[in-house]
Amino acid sequence: MTTASEPMADAPREPARRHATPRPAPALRGDRLAAIARGEAVPTETHRELAGERAILEVDGFNLWYGTKQALHDIHLDVPFGKVTALVGPSGCGKSTLLRSVNRLNDLLDTVRITGDMRLDGASIYHPSVDVIQLRKRMGMVFQKPNPFPMSIYENVVYSLRIDGVRDRRVLDEVCERSLQAAAFWDEAKDRLKESALGLSGGQQQRLCIARAIAAEPDVLLMDEPCSALDPIATGKIEDLIDALKGEYTVLIVTHNMQQASRTSDYTAFMYLGRLVEYGPTEAIFTRPHLAETNDYITGRFG
Amino acid sequence: MSSDPVRIAAAPVRTAPGGWRRRVKQRSTLHAHGEPMLWLTGGALGLALFMIAGLLVLVVWQGIFTFWPGALVEVTARSGERCLGEVVRRERYTPEPGAVDALAPDEAAAARRELEAHRGQLGRRLIRIGNFDITGEHFRWLEDFRVAAETRPAWAVLVERTSWGRCYGIPRAFRVDGEVVAETPEAVWEKYRELHGAARARRARRKALESGDIGRINHALEQARLGLRKVELESGRHSAAWAAAEPRFLQEQEAAAQAFARVQEEIHTIERENARYQIVCDTYHRGQIVPATVMLGDIVRAFAPNRLSFVAKLGVYVSRWREFLCDEPREANSEGGVWPAIFGTAVMTLIMCLVVVPFGVLAALYLREYARAGFIVSAVRIAVNNLAGVPSIVFGVFGLGFFCYIIGASIDQLLFAARLPNPTYGNGGVLWASLTLALLTLPVVIVATEEALAAVPNSMREGSYACGAAKWQTVRRIVLPRAMPGIMTGMILAMARGAGEVAPLMLVGAAKVAPDLPLDGIFPYLHPERKFMHLGFHIYDLGFQSQNSEAARPMVFTTTLLLIAIVAALNLFAIWLRARLRRKFVTGQF
Repeated sequence: MTTASEPMADAPREPARRHATPRPAPALRGDRLAAIARGEAVPTETHRELAGERAILEVDGFNLWYGTKQALHDIHLDVPFGKVTALVGPSGCGKSTLLRSVNRLNDLLDTVRITGDMRLDGASIYHPSVDVIQLRKRMGMVFQKPNPFPMSIYENVVYSLRIDGVRDRRVLDEVCERSLQAAAFWDEAKDRLKESALGLSGGQQQRLCIARAIAAEPDVLLMDEPCSALDPIATGKIEDLIDALKGEYTVLIVTHNMQQASRTSDYTAFMYLGRLVEYGPTEAIFTRPHLAETNDYITGRFG
Repeated sequence: MSSDPVRIAAAPVRTAPGGWRRRVKQRSTLHAHGEPMLWLTGGALGLALFMIAGLLVLVVWQGIFTFWPGALVEVTARSGERCLGEVVRRERYTPEPGAVDALAPDEAAAARRELEAHRGQLGRRLIRIGNFDITGEHFRWLEDFRVAAETRPAWAVLVERTSWGRCYGIPRAFRVDGEVVAETPEAVWEKYRELHGAARARRARRKALESGDIGRINHALEQARLGLRKVELESGRHSAAWAAAEPRFLQEQEAAAQAFARVQEEIHTIERENARYQIVCDTYHRGQIVPATVMLGDIVRAFAPNRLSFVAKLGVYVSRWREFLCDEPREANSEGGVWPAIFGTAVMTLIMCLVVVPFGVLAALYLREYARAGFIVSAVRIAVNNLAGVPSIVFGVFGLGFFCYIIGASIDQLLFAARLPNPTYGNGGVLWASLTLALLTLPVVIVATEEALAAVPNSMREGSYACGAAKWQTVRRIVLPRAMPGIMTGMILAMARGAGEVAPLMLVGAAKVAPDLPLDGIFPYLHPERKFMHLGFHIYDLGFQSQNSEAARPMVFTTTLLLIAIVAALNLFAIWLRARLRRKFVTGQF
């Protein structure tokens, strides 16, 4: 990445502060959500523990519009290195949009417009000079529905190397085995590497997709509800896998499942209607959140 | 109207004794049950199926029995005249008033009896009498009332000849060098079976000499002439180069003439040898018994149908089918085979595919993967769909004007100036026909490919992009393999459409008879400028352009059957291929 080492010469685009008017008074219990629903800006409640972490991904005043509809409002979020960060919130709150903005998959839609910036390891993601293909190679992504490619298991895993033109059989074999091992899929797949990936079960396909996502050793692993299409046993395996990846990889995971967020993540961010409401250590968010709204959501009182 | 709850509730009330009556519209109740629509829709489908099935049954029935050897009958008329041949078909007709009165008394009596029995209609039969060289006609209508007797002579033979059509007769003599060596039908037949194989081999050899060796000599001579003409065009007639080239040309011309004479000599030897053996058959003409002489070398196939067992008839049937599929046509296409037409159709379709598939797939890729959806893309899409509805003859006119007369003429000017004014590419040919059909079938490929691309789930594209793949890498490695079954389907549909098309080909290169195949042993092996034969055009030619249309009639059905079989085979292949590719690329969770 060309901009990785150079300091940000151009100041990042000015975040559009649509509500530059004086901030509303600290909201009372339940009032924040109503204020958000009215379209008012509400400051994010970020816990102090995050200050101690080294952020690998910094989201800085990020806004996103689909056409004229604003989907993300002024997001400030620092994703700590080597930890699992969960994004939770009711449907349509912008979790997936935020995740897909990190590796710029939203660029594929013609109507998307953004302001603000994100930084990966201090280098801008949205700067015009960024090579988006190189950027995506530094991030792996796992989708909601398993999406193996119509090719063999082996070719699925080494896909990102193939498109880089790697032909060396030894390298490919090694990456394939290492990735499948890391995705806890090697024992099941090693005897059928040449078979079509489309014949696997859903859970196997998803672990294959995880192997594919980590084959290129990405800095950040993005997971968009990776277990929502899976049965409980496959879900358990994927969760164990996320635990195992912790430390080596930085994981940003979107989930609808509160138990999953509490079990697997180190930090949890609660989003509502395109705004980040509260962000802190998972244990704190789930046991003693600062905001009553967060408590209401995680205990299932709404959403 | 029928959903009005009050009216439905009213129906039982009406029957209640003493209850108030309300008029219920039975029509709307029936309508609500849906019975009329069921019958209407089912009837429409049934009618369509009936018509398609009728067409297929007609073609298959007529096509299958064309080659079955029928019985030979000898019919004796009341006038004493006899004729020998195959009854092709029978029909009933209403005679003109007064026609019966003009007949001879015994015939008139028979005709009147028949008129009474069949409500004013008479029967007649069409007999294929052959022996065109003697009788001057291939077929003859014979009214039933004229027939005094009908027999099936055991030794009546059918001789299929290379020229003059069929010969029907009863073998009387086998002559070698003018001397009769066999006089009974059995002995003649014995001799025929003994000597026909060698005669047929000699005929094949002669044909190979004529088309192969003489073709090569002519080709060499033409090359030499063109070489000289080229020198003349480049340097002029009085230049030193021409002076040097001319003796060389004359030398080659001399060599070619000598080679030609050698081949001619061999052909003459074969002809002399073949002329030694002759079969004489008795046949009838104007009430007389006339000898028909057939040279053994001219006989394609001869058999006595009335003596054949079922298995032997089956043998003749198979042999005729083999000839039909593998040989060249004879007798102005009404006999012989359609191999050049099959081959020409295949070559044309293949070249068409090589052109239309890459172009169509690339165009569809741009429309579906690269172009930003909007007004222009929609307009292009509509235009492409409309292109599919343009009458095919319009494409033929375009192909003739653009490919033949503009591009072809330019190629001739640039590369084949020596041959002018004879056109090389500036005329219809298999290449131009293929390109015209490629244009015609382009919408089919584009639409099918676009649909296949649209059916590729976006999640796969996103997965590929998320792995850091560029657009083209995604298209090539993920989208195209996954869309391949649909693209293949489009290709085969285009092939089926192209193989069955006739109208544009009449303008851009299909010929009634094309002696040279577009692919042969003379360098450069593929001759895209040559005219070619095509099955669809062959059917048209047989049906409407044949001099002997009665004889060509069954061939129309047989050739149609063949064309339908080829197109059906292509479609079945497409279905199989699609199923196979789908198993490979598409099955899964989605």
